[in-house]
Amino acid sequence: MRVTLKIWRQKEADSPGFFERHPVEKVSEDMSFFEMLDMLNDQLVLAGKTPIAFDHDCREGICGTCGLFINGRAHGPLTGITTCQLHMRSFKDGETIVVEPWRAKAFPVIKDLIVDRISFDRIMEAGGYVSINTGGTPDANEIPIPKANADEAMDAAACIGCGACVATCKNSSAMLFVSAKVSQLALLPQGQPEREIRVSNMVTQMDKEGFGSCTNTGACEVECPKEISIIHIARLNREFIKSSF
Amino acid sequence: MLNSNVPSGPLTEKWTKHKFDLKLVNPANKRKYNIIVVGTGLAGASAAASLAELGYNVQAFSYHESPRRAHSIAAQGGINAAKNYPNDGDSIFRLFYDTIKGGDYRSREANVYRLAEISNNIIDQCVAQGVPFAREYGGLLDNRSFGGAQVSRTFYARGQTGQQLLLGCYSALVRQMHAGKVKFHPRHEMQDLVMINGEAKGIITRNLITGEIQSHAAHAVVLATGGYGNAYFLSTNAMASNATAAWRAHKKGAYFANPSFVQIHPTCIPVASEHQSKLTLMSESLRNDGRVWVPKKKGDKRNPAEISEDERDYYLERLYPSFGNLVPRDVASRRAKEMCDLGNGVGETGLAVYLDFEDAIQRMGRDAVTEKYGNLFDMYKQITGENPYKTPMRIYPAIHYTMGGLWVDYNLMSTIPGLYILGEANFSDHGANRLGASALMQGLADGYFILPYTIGDYLTGKLGESISTDHEAFKDAETSVKNKISTLLSVNGERTVDNIHKELGLILWENVGMARNRAGLEKAINEIPKLKNEFWQNVKVTGTADELNPELEKAGRVADFLELGELMARDALNREESCGGHFREEHQTEENEAKRNDEEFTYVSTWQYKGKDKPSELHKENLIFENVELTTRSYK
Repeated sequence: MRVTLKIWRQKEADSPGFFERHPVEKVSEDMSFFEMLDMLNDQLVLAGKTPIAFDHDCREGICGTCGLFINGRAHGPLTGITTCQLHMRSFKDGETIVVEPWRAKAFPVIKDLIVDRISFDRIMEAGGYVSINTGGTPDANEIPIPKANADEAMDAAACIGCGACVATCKNSSAMLFVSAKVSQLALLPQGQPEREIRVSNMVTQMDKEGFGSCTNTGACEVECPKEISIIHIARLNREFIKSSF
Repeated sequence: MLNSNVPSGPLTEKWTKHKFDLKLVNPANKRKYNIIVVGTGLAGASAAASLAELGYNVQAFSYHESPRRAHSIAAQGGINAAKNYPNDGDSIFRLFYDTIKGGDYRSREANVYRLAEISNNIIDQCVAQGVPFAREYGGLLDNRSFGGAQVSRTFYARGQTGQQLLLGCYSALVRQMHAGKVKFHPRHEMQDLVMINGEAKGIITRNLITGEIQSHAAHAVVLATGGYGNAYFLSTNAMASNATAAWRAHKKGAYFANPSFVQIHPTCIPVASEHQSKLTLMSESLRNDGRVWVPKKKGDKRNPAEISEDERDYYLERLYPSFGNLVPRDVASRRAKEMCDLGNGVGETGLAVYLDFEDAIQRMGRDAVTEKYGNLFDMYKQITGENPYKTPMRIYPAIHYTMGGLWVDYNLMSTIPGLYILGEANFSDHGANRLGASALMQGLADGYFILPYTIGDYLTGKLGESISTDHEAFKDAETSVKNKISTLLSVNGERTVDNIHKELGLILWENVGMARNRAGLEKAINEIPKLKNEFWQNVKVTGTADELNPELEKAGRVADFLELGELMARDALNREESCGGHFREEHQTEENEAKRNDEEFTYVSTWQYKGKDKPSELHKENLIFENVELTTRSYK
């Protein structure tokens, strides 16, 4: 099959960006979207042009490195997967595909399709942990945890920190991301001692980074490759309100 | 002379005794030391966080944007520990024994015993961090079984155990970043190790966004930079996984141990086209219920549904009636290759075998199969476009893990004083074959519970030592790094980096892959240096040195794989025996099983770099077994 890419190019953070058109021939349906980009980049290199920079690593949907906005949707047309898990059979022969980076104030573009998500790390630094040191911990079975709680904590902990929630939100809100960690630790006994200070610090840092507010549209939940539910945002809100009394 | 520094005394008391004998750094003095940690996956992040908690100043480096992107995150199955929670007869000694046996008696007893001892602390640590391991209805932790063991000792968090453990270390690490005890350098790639008076005193990095070459000095350097499976181009490793840090340390004097010991995982999704960029693992657990088969007739291209029972060869069940489809990874992989080499392979390329769930669906019902394997079936369908509920999966082995790595002593110190190697980057614990769910265990043992003790012993002698990046050793190293980069950019040839990397991968896969022989290895040793020359004369790297340049990053890594690849072949040629993942066709039994040669090869082959285009020199660390008897693995 043959596709045409209308793809975002931007030399560096401060330079203006623009769309560039690239027809790509001899695309096989079994190729992943990134393998199609690899092929195009090979051709660009041989032609002495600058290949398209995009972030990717594990190519199996777990590291959270990749993230492209494809035809107006975070991680492309399918749900429940990352960009690296997208294959060309999801597109039509002859189709023009629009490819953009995540767009959010808190995720500045570094080059082409690569953005800087270090703001996520800073939110985690503000409280996304249990303050224990290595060693001296009790036996792992000392504190039983109801299976339902452990399972729900795991649902939240599945977040890969890709930023699709922010990219798809009209307000660029990071609430789904932040709530996933807050919720995981609020559900577990290990998270209790710092429950209030954690949510307060993480939300403060989130606001400081320039993420927008949550208006409960639920778009994040739809595009989240790990299908994390906005139930966790509801829990975050409860936790946050409780922490202010 | 290699000194493993294994303490004397009975096996069960070595680590306890050693911990007492190690010199300590006074708590008030720890802040006077700087330590560099390169790589922030399981081993690196756990080490960086633990060292910072003790009071050391840590600088951590990753080529990723965040520690959470490390490829440890992709481990699916679980982590072993000798907790014996299921009451099924597990013990520290049994975990030790299974690991030694699984490694085909090519690992160091004392290290493996310590690993088994520490395994329990790791689970406690992770639970305390809030890692959501799977639990039973009563609220206690659940375990499952894994290949190579007859007890259930594997702790897991759905199919994302690596992710949850990595996020655990990451949380400990960001806490120390917040406290100012760890300075994290994202998107920085180590380019060289800096030595002063024969000891590791710093590193040179390239800022991957600006291209800036920088020097960093410290009292000790820790590498936790993962394995070298990507030498084969296609592997289950992440795209950026590389051997550059380890290889450049090797060229500065760190010996490389057992480079030919590579693990090939039997259940991966086969290569679909020449554009394939990586291979995806399907959890080994699938072999619990799936049946492996090929058509009896060679070249049979019919739809599998049209091939009747008596026209199918369930070859693992035929060859290994007692273990059947659950033989260890190396055996399952080799037999699949054999079937395909004979012409019985399936799919368009003929390089695949079927993994069939028809019987399982009939026996357990479709819902039960979905409950157990649903996410894997979805993943398979996503990648191949085929529905494994209706047609058998096609699988083929793929490079997955490297047991070999930089040589370390009992303290995890390399042959360079002050240079420590952790996790997959070292060679220490898995011998010639790693058991499932043991990689996570080793990475965390090294980082949380071994290095924080052993590094102090080295550092005590360095109190008050000031190291400055003004030292000429840093200037020299910076210059050589810059020269190397400008050479890469100036070749301006006609082949892309990936194109040459793919050719290297094919040479390695064909000759230093699942089954090796003298002729093939000699061919690889002949061809790889030619390809290396081709690379330096005909590679095309676009862009400049002072910008974000992924082609340049890849070129630097492939340059190192080209050198390491040759050493892998040399090591495989030297080892005239079959053991674990290293199968030499000349050394097999009449039933085509691996034949070890304990008389001559019960040693770690350790290679010293002797300079450009000079053959490396072999040093042997003899392995002494005082607590287990060397037996032949049998799965018949």
